[in-house]
Amino acid sequence: MIYEEFLRGVWITAEKNIKIYYKKPPVIIFGLLFPLLMFLAFYMGRELDLALFFPGFLAMSLFFTSSSVGPLVTPWERQAGTYERLLSYPVNIKVVLIGDIIAGAIFGISISSVVLIACWLLLPIQIVSIPMLVLSMISGGIAFSTLGVLLASPATKAPSNIMMLSSLIRFPLVFISGIFILIGDMAEAMRYLAYISPLTYLVDSFHVGIGGNNYFSTGIGLVVLFLFTAVFFFIAVQIHKRNMIKGL
Amino acid sequence: MATAVEAEGLSKRFAEVVAVDEVSFQVPRGQFFGFLGPNGAGKTTTIRMLTGLITPDSGRTFIEGVDSQKDPIHAKMKMGVIPEFGNIYVDLTAEENLHLAGKFYGMSKKEREKRVPEILKMMNLERRGNHPLRTFSKGMKQRINIGCAIIHDPPVLFLDEPTSGLDVQSKRLVVRLIQKMKERGTTIFLTTHNIQEANELCERVGIINQGKLVAIDKPEKLRNTFDKTQSIETSIEGEFDLEMLENHHINKIQRSGDKLKIFTDDVDATVKNLIRFADDRSFNIISLRTCGPSLEEAFVRLTGDVE
Ligand SMILES: Nc1ncnc2c1ncn2[C@@H]1O[C@H](COP(=O)(O)OP(=O)(O)O)[C@@H](O)[C@H]1O
Ligand SMILES: [Mg+2]
Repeated sequence: MIYEEFLRGVWITAEKNIKIYYKKPPVIIFGLLFPLLMFLAFYMGRELDLALFFPGFLAMSLFFTSSSVGPLVTPWERQAGTYERLLSYPVNIKVVLIGDIIAGAIFGISISSVVLIACWLLLPIQIVSIPMLVLSMISGGIAFSTLGVLLASPATKAPSNIMMLSSLIRFPLVFISGIFILIGDMAEAMRYLAYISPLTYLVDSFHVGIGGNNYFSTGIGLVVLFLFTAVFFFIAVQIHKRNMIKGL
Repeated sequence: MATAVEAEGLSKRFAEVVAVDEVSFQVPRGQFFGFLGPNGAGKTTTIRMLTGLITPDSGRTFIEGVDSQKDPIHAKMKMGVIPEFGNIYVDLTAEENLHLAGKFYGMSKKEREKRVPEILKMMNLERRGNHPLRTFSKGMKQRINIGCAIIHDPPVLFLDEPTSGLDVQSKRLVVRLIQKMKERGTTIFLTTHNIQEANELCERVGIINQGKLVAIDKPEKLRNTFDKTQSIETSIEGEFDLEMLENHHINKIQRSGDKLKIFTDDVDATVKNLIRFADDRSFNIISLRTCGPSLEEAFVRLTGDVE
């Protein structure tokens, strides 16, 4: 009984977000353009092995797209005054947050799948395990969409503050996660930094599915991503709960 | 009679502010209950606790017997809520908003497709169904907002100052809608800071001030108190002692600048007296204005600290 209502609330919240926040042409265009620009910046004029670094690039697109809109949803809803209305429906904070997470994950996974298919057609990429690829895509989408929702938790009605915070936290991760330098080739100090970045584990999971140049054993990446997701979610719920009244 | 809404020793404080202080009451099923109080009295906080949106520091709340703290999702199924500052989605059309609300309340597609046109008709907006909300006036938005709260025909309806800021026409329509819900047997919990509104609409009124419930009764009974709080504001040119104006109808006279504020339970007699007084002495009356009953003044009387 309660599960039915829980799942219903989650799904309707996700559907609402996709309809209102993700299905806007600028959001979709930016979502697709961003990986393309990243791709150019990544490969242009450099002697990189395309196939070897592709998993890192794919991880980066999934990371940015699935965490892009999530941080803004709650501040937008607070600003528009729809947040209290939403919470008056038969939902609770957890239901709304999981709905937000699923919407972000669907967006990130959809865009990154387009990227993957386009690159698979154009580049000499060797897919070694489709199940691992699919699992990594799903786990990564959920993990970083959850990070996005966590970034939405400060009690602000100004989306621009959140934009700053979210860029400040997301961009540095790109440089320490084994995207531009494989973890195996990193200096030791750098490698320890990589260990604490959740993005590292998505990159490595993608290496398991594509090309097979993974650093950790198969499955470790997925497990660690799951743990990060749980921690992000737990903190997000606590902060959102505490800030709910302030933001109403 | 069965109880639709129940608050039991509700309290909530924000830092130093005690927003709601040990409030208890019951609203029987089918009653039109008014929760009256000035700005900052604690009305919204009380509604937010009753509707399971925020957790009280202490006390319990029940909607149709369901504990809205322990089981907010089920309690919310039994009510419709129109929050004071709650907006619907302006990016969606009126129909999309209503369907969204219906989905949250677990209505099937078939039920919604039958109910949404009914609501639009009830709200006099049947031709605007597929227009985005951003093209609507404030009053029209509020009507759709109410539509979203009653789409599932809830047994209890909470409205937090639903008419404030609306134009006269929308206000009338909103009031008529609420009355229609009441006639169908819905329990209505309405907050307002407007005495007239509470007196005219409600069967029973609870009065809250600074977080404390100071009275709860039928409006007829409270009217007696309110009548004593009517006032006249006047400015009279001339030298005289305030005591010269006093008589048994006058409860209190306040002076601010050259204006006098005279609290009275008989406006008619007091105005006539004033005119006679000025006329006898050839004083000029520069201004004279009657003011309706004052909530703030009523509290002073209800809580018994009359000067
Ligand atoms: N989220 C909040 N944080 C801090 N103080 C609050 C908050 N909400 C309400 N208050 C305070 O609680 C008191 C009651 O507010 P409220 O319930 O909104 O009154 P009303 O709805 O009757 O105007 C006010 O003093 C208000 O400033
Ligand atoms: Mg209020």
